[in-house]
Amino acid sequence: MIKGYAGKFLEIDLSSGKISETKFSDEILKDYVGGRGLATKILWDRLGSKWEQTDPLAPENLLLFLTGPLTGFFPGGRTCVSGKSPQSNGVVGSTVAGEFGVELKCAGYDGIIVAGEAEKPVYIFVKDSDVEIRDAARIWGKDAKQTVAVLTKECRELLHERFPQKGEWKEPAILYIGPAGENKVRTAVVAAKWTHAAGYGGYGAVMGSKKLKAVVVKGSGPLPEVADMEKVKQLIHTVCEEVYESELWRRWGTGSAGYSVGAKTSSEPVRNWQEEWHDEKSFGVDQFENRVWVKQYWGDFGCPTTCLKVAVVKKGKFKGAITDNPDYELQAYLGTNLGVFTPEENVFLACLIDDLGLCGIQTGNVMGFAAELFQRGILTKEDLDGLELKWGDVEAFAALAKKIAFREGVGDLLAEGTYRAALKIGEKKKRDVLQYAVQSKGIGIGAHGIRSRKDYPEIYSYACSVQGGDHTSTACLPLDDFRSELVMIFNDSAVYCYFNIFGVPRQVKFDFYKAVTGIELTQEDWVNNKAMKILQLQRIMLLLGGPDFKWNPKVHDDNPPRFYEPLPSGPYKGKSVEKAEVRKEVMRYYEAVGWDENGIPKPETLKRLGLEYAEKALDRLH
Amino acid sequence: MATKKEPIWIARDFSKCSGCRKCEIACSLWHENRIWPEASRIRVFMLVPGVEFPHFCAQCEDYPCVKACPANALSVSDETGAVLVDENACIACGQCIDACPGRIPHMHPTENHILICDLCNGDPQCVKVCQEGSWNVLRVVPRKDYSYGLYARKPEEITRDLVVKIYGEKGEEFL
Ligand code: SF4
Ligand code: SF4
Ligand code: SF4
Repeated sequence: MIKGYAGKFLEIDLSSGKISETKFSDEILKDYVGGRGLATKILWDRLGSKWEQTDPLAPENLLLFLTGPLTGFFPGGRTCVSGKSPQSNGVVGSTVAGEFGVELKCAGYDGIIVAGEAEKPVYIFVKDSDVEIRDAARIWGKDAKQTVAVLTKECRELLHERFPQKGEWKEPAILYIGPAGENKVRTAVVAAKWTHAAGYGGYGAVMGSKKLKAVVVKGSGPLPEVADMEKVKQLIHTVCEEVYESELWRRWGTGSAGYSVGAKTSSEPVRNWQEEWHDEKSFGVDQFENRVWVKQYWGDFGCPTTCLKVAVVKKGKFKGAITDNPDYELQAYLGTNLGVFTPEENVFLACLIDDLGLCGIQTGNVMGFAAELFQRGILTKEDLDGLELKWGDVEAFAALAKKIAFREGVGDLLAEGTYRAALKIGEKKKRDVLQYAVQSKGIGIGAHGIRSRKDYPEIYSYACSVQGGDHTSTACLPLDDFRSELVMIFNDSAVYCYFNIFGVPRQVKFDFYKAVTGIELTQEDWVNNKAMKILQLQRIMLLLGGPDFKWNPKVHDDNPPRFYEPLPSGPYKGKSVEKAEVRKEVMRYYEAVGWDENGIPKPETLKRLGLEYAEKALDRLH
Repeated sequence: MATKKEPIWIARDFSKCSGCRKCEIACSLWHENRIWPEASRIRVFMLVPGVEFPHFCAQCEDYPCVKACPANALSVSDETGAVLVDENACIACGQCIDACPGRIPHMHPTENHILICDLCNGDPQCVKVCQEGSWNVLRVVPRKDYSYGLYARKPEEITRDLVVKIYGEKGEEFL
């Protein structure tokens, strides 16, 4: 058995109630590692032959909660959530910070594979090898904070009753959905600790479709044995020493970007990306820090960065709203993108989004889209159930967010996410509204624009990514660039927080992998072989798509139309990207990753990678 | 041998705790050579998110746990002031847990003995990591005749105070 792994996975079929254990061979774990990589392999093996027919929100889909070998060891604990994505119809490896993955490994499991659909709402409770499916009637319908409170209390009571000899039990770790997930909203998250979320992919909806409200885990064992503990200790130290030097993320988290990505790099979504520049000093990080932060450092298992800051609104209309920072993505998507430029209003919206179990990025994206349609008179007050969706009107956006979470009125339409909503609205209004949808492959683009060319994504990053608009998985050349999807797949597969690798020499993560697993790995081997394999499988499943639609690389390996409009304001006014140039870069990327001119993996690429088993599926792509 | 150590105390500033749990990692690595949160002598409770704090022995002036032990498994180190557990003598009866005003001692997850902070023989590992990360929740101070035992409180009680300090009166809703 490879070191660093607990050695077994839980399989839970919610339709039959059957609970069992399963193992993966050392070969599979060596090749696909864990998290995103392993998810891709599991989904391929179990759903690949019927991928196009598999409805992500039907019982046939699988919901995966996976750790990786570095979870708990590499500073910054995370868990990877995956399955067939109800956003892209492909596979997204979506990670969420917190102690869940650590508890799971301490309970003796590397992951949980959930199949089927429960008859009535349930939650899963894992205490080491005791696993049970429990009634969730009491918490179905409850918001994030209530869900966490009830489950923390209930499960600690169970632990105290069952294992009184321990003394005081610490709380178990919880992953849960809010009302949005229950209502199968495609922009719903799988969440932890009130504010942490696996957002990209829309797995909250998958969890809701299975009537699974939460997974609660308490593991009382140690993390698995490692190959070289002395080395692991030393590497933890190396990583932390580097991180302690970086003031940016320790001090402000990503929260300084809400001002600076707009004002300086001019790549922040403003009013549904109609602009990417603003100079609103009211949105400066100093204002967040001085007005709403009540805790300067907040983090997860083993994290030296502790980039989160607990924020509370202390007075005024939104008094009592609580969230973290908000971090940059939510400052942008629940702030500037909606024309909102004050910390209190931003915290209020982020708090509401957390409570509802919505994704701040995807929901901010679809609400911005709706607001632009209102601005243009395409969606009227009547279409919006009486809401006037004016930029900056936080209460209107709050009302809309609730409608989305509960699929009420127009919320039912927007709950489908920006792409699907655009198709439906376009049909109804008999005009193309996709031009206002800022997404790629069904996934709203992360809050880093490409027009000014001053931010990190390349002009083809979102067009070619196997995770669409996901800003944490950007396509980039050269393939071993630190911004390359292939490099990022390692973080998502070994499963730890990638904020703790900045400034750390790139070899360190592979040294870490070796110290934990005993397996030698080089950047070259990772990028050219292992990550490349995962990428190809993700690409094939993304293109197989279905059941509601299928992506056509010629059309969809492209930027949203908005990115071809010149920036209307700011220091980079007039800048945009050229379609021809993007096409050229897309082709260059295809070539680099071994896809043909239609964006389809070449048979020889699959052969070289030992993916002969996937070759047959290529016929289904043409 | 080295000169006699000064008894110490670990001062604690709960409301600044980041929840990084590095103290748990350091403590379990030191004592078990494993990363093992449930075997750590210091445990970070998070009964409400954002309201994390380290829960560990306060070295009460009157050491009620030591007095309560029927097996004479607990003693006080005159070097450091820590409660020392004689792992072989401990019968895992849990009476020290009940005697502790904070219910701080907890049972080892796999071994048959209680876990109580031993101050790492005067060189607390948890303090080191907390200081390295400049969270400064934990700090070593010379042991004086102060009312340290006040800090021996149950997780719920500490949470109840902190949740209001951090979130205001709304905090009580989350308990
Ligand atoms: S090391 Fe310090 S900041 Fe981190 S959890 Fe422990 S007490 Fe809190
Ligand atoms: S805090 Fe508890 S364990 Fe520590 S000395 Fe006091 S009674 Fe004993
Ligand atoms: S002083 Fe040592 S034994 Fe006590 S809690 Fe800290 S690390 Fe653990």
